[in-house]
Amino acid sequence: MCTTFMKELMLGQHQFGSSTLVSRTSLTAPTTDTFKAALFFASATINAATTAYGTTGEVTNTSGSGYTAGGVTVTNGTAPLSTNTTATAGVAYWTPTASFSWTALTVTTAFDALLLYNSTQSNKAVSAHTFGSQTITAGTFTLTMPSNDTTSALLRLSTT
Amino acid sequence: MLITTTKGDMEESLLEKREGSVDNDIEMTTWVEYWYEGELVHRSAHVTLKQPVTFGDGVAAALG
Repeated sequence: MCTTFMKELMLGQHQFGSSTLVSRTSLTAPTTDTFKAALFFASATINAATTAYGTTGEVTNTSGSGYTAGGVTVTNGTAPLSTNTTATAGVAYWTPTASFSWTALTVTTAFDALLLYNSTQSNKAVSAHTFGSQTITAGTFTLTMPSNDTTSALLRLSTT
Repeated sequence: MLITTTKGDMEESLLEKREGSVDNDIEMTTWVEYWYEGELVHRSAHVTLKQPVTFGDGVAAALG
């Protein structure tokens, strides 16, 4: 597969079949979708089979209002990139340009998953990420993004 | 330094501080807890994900 094609998939530049989309305003210069990140309790089932964001199993506040249903808006300051390391090995990749953070948070039921989803396009799921179970008490929960490079980026489309 | 707790802002010197970390193939996580008279009054955590989500020929091969 050609590496630039993978990047172009991330940019929505190919359409192999008919699709129903929320308007991106212009057909030739479509606007960027808004992506969001939501947290889920350890008891929830969030994985590669998840098709869209839903509130079932989503984190709720034990007290206070540190968490808002739907999660946080992803900062998307850098468009997907791609590069070839050899004639047969290429990677297209993308990473949010800011960490996800919840402050003044109290969630005493364990949570261990984050769902990245496209809130512009009917909340369609993008990726699921799991980590060791956490609880937060009157504190801050931060998910730091990895480096936006070919080996560490949050999302990678790879030929190898 | 003032610490935000379930009992309001408290001087750090009044609290017992516990810290920990996890570093494995999936994540690098650090956490800090503050306890007051045997009660957890503050806990924060900081997670750095290490495993990117990768879609590609290699993944398909690995899944058989």
